[in-house]
Amino acid sequence: MELNLNFIYGHLPYWLFIILMLSGLFIVVSRGNLIKKIVGLNIFQTSVFMFYISIGKMKGGTAPILLDKAANNSEVIYSNPLPHVLILTAIVVGIATTALGLALIIKIREEYNTVEEDDIQEMDEKDLKAYNKKNVLEING
Amino acid sequence: MASEIKQGTLDFINHLPILQVITPMLIAPVLVVLNNKTLSWLLSFVGALACLLISVLLLQAVSDGSTLRYYLGGWVPPIGIEYRIDAANALLLFLISMISAIVLIFSYSSLHAEIPEDKHTLFYACFLLCLTGLLGVVATADIFNVFVFLEISSLSTYVLVAQGSYLDRRALSASFNYLIMGTIGATFFVIGIGYLYMATGSLNMMDIAERVSQLGQNRTIQAGFAFIVVGMGLKLAMVPLHVWLPNAYTYAPTVVTCFLAATATKVALYVLIRFVFSVFNYEDSFVNELFFLLLMPLAIIAMIAASVIAIFKQNLKKLLAYSSLAQIGYMLLGLSLMSQKGLASSLVHMVNHGFTKAALFMSLGAFMLNTKNIYIKSLKGLGKSMPFTSAAFVIGGLSLIGVPGTAGFISKWLLLEAAIEAGYWLIAILIVVSSLFAVIYIWKIIEVLYFSERAGSYREVSVVTLIPIWILALFCIFLGINTSLTVDVANIAADVLFN
Repeated sequence: MELNLNFIYGHLPYWLFIILMLSGLFIVVSRGNLIKKIVGLNIFQTSVFMFYISIGKMKGGTAPILLDKAANNSEVIYSNPLPHVLILTAIVVGIATTALGLALIIKIREEYNTVEEDDIQEMDEKDLKAYNKKNVLEING
Repeated sequence: MASEIKQGTLDFINHLPILQVITPMLIAPVLVVLNNKTLSWLLSFVGALACLLISVLLLQAVSDGSTLRYYLGGWVPPIGIEYRIDAANALLLFLISMISAIVLIFSYSSLHAEIPEDKHTLFYACFLLCLTGLLGVVATADIFNVFVFLEISSLSTYVLVAQGSYLDRRALSASFNYLIMGTIGATFFVIGIGYLYMATGSLNMMDIAERVSQLGQNRTIQAGFAFIVVGMGLKLAMVPLHVWLPNAYTYAPTVVTCFLAATATKVALYVLIRFVFSVFNYEDSFVNELFFLLLMPLAIIAMIAASVIAIFKQNLKKLLAYSSLAQIGYMLLGLSLMSQKGLASSLVHMVNHGFTKAALFMSLGAFMLNTKNIYIKSLKGLGKSMPFTSAAFVIGGLSLIGVPGTAGFISKWLLLEAAIEAGYWLIAILIVVSSLFAVIYIWKIIEVLYFSERAGSYREVSVVTLIPIWILALFCIFLGINTSLTVDVANIAADVLFN
């Protein structure tokens, strides 16, 4: 099979998007440490930001600012601003998610004294057995 | 048929689609500023009632098959964001606002048992934001807007689920898992939107639909569709992606469980339906094959396996959570039949199951108020000491099984009809088998309620708690007798979506 180098170079942002996306997803799934999971989630989300921005890029395009056409006397090529705007929103969502995730981790650490998923699961199973015997729910905080 | 909106006029009726979404959004920050427990309950309730009123008006306006269009800021689509109300989403808007109003009545008398009083204001603010998100997802016709609202509702849902940690710390890990899964789902969804935008250059649903049909078989659009199906599959707890659901429902406060079980997964399913019919071409062989080869088997597995698992659960909330998974299977099955009847049955089941499951979870919450326990053995003999709550639970249970005269019967019957019409006899039999499993796990609870020795002496819960439970229970019966609200509207909706 003939390697089409132009194809590979021409789609470089997309290759990076795929690599980043898969490594982010892999970190989320494989790591037991909750903070590392959040880091993986961030990489995963960032890859999508990169994907969107590369959609909007035009060859030789400038920033999408209103230029004085009479001075330039030519058509201005500019990048598509819409994906950038979408990604600004997605970044805000991503930050909110990260903040909430970290806040939950702090609470988990207070309650369980660990941030390792395996330990938490073990304690949850112990809880389950203890609650099966005596299960009275009262506010404790 | 679309009625154009005169821009610049302050005609109240014309602005209903946006008022539906922003009413709870505007009230939420006010609550935080006022920081008063009773006042915040009152304001949230008033907000939810306003939403309910608006949704009824909208439902009335579109029940003849017309479409209401609202342009945000007067920008005409495809440049501006458009809100588009037709029979399908008006039905969902009604379900969401109705359930939120009823759940808020219940929370007035029960929330203090699960969440410390100084956190109530923030809880209600979060609840309203979640409501905003769910209503927004349903109302909008802009695909990126769907993502933003979906994340507004999901982020507040994670917070609401974590509130269960005052009773049981496992709520925290359940919420964290939900956060991870939900965010992966949402990000998949955004990737799908990105592919769609890449191929069509538009974000407006109708505009994309036009361009997609011009493009024909296109790999980018197919990949986008696959990403959207997986993303929504995570949000709606399609079977192999359902891992977050049982724990999140079990450890969340009862009020939250009621609200989520009745609305959140349905909204995700609605997004899927909307994308299949209003964005992609449902006649496309790729879409059809994906539904037939992938979603239909998964729906059937959910229907059977989740019902079997539910039989063996001792924790009642977990039992009902697994039964929810099975019910989601029914809805997905109705959709994957890809026929007008199947779609209508799926929409009807969304509404009917919403009311049924809310009634069940809420009466469970009332038992919990007294017994402080969510295990099945704690219900011993409560049928005698708490007759009204138990009776409501039984009605909900019958509706879940699908006994004639209840809401569940109507939607299951429609689903059976749709399956038989499509020639899937085996699937029709499996639907009945899954209902028989529901008989087993509901009977298990009824037996403990009515036919065992009384364990402790409990009094019936207060009237304020009983009112919302009985509203829901009566809805279960009402929707089983009068089908003009659900079946007729759903048929119109299916008609609108298919054309």
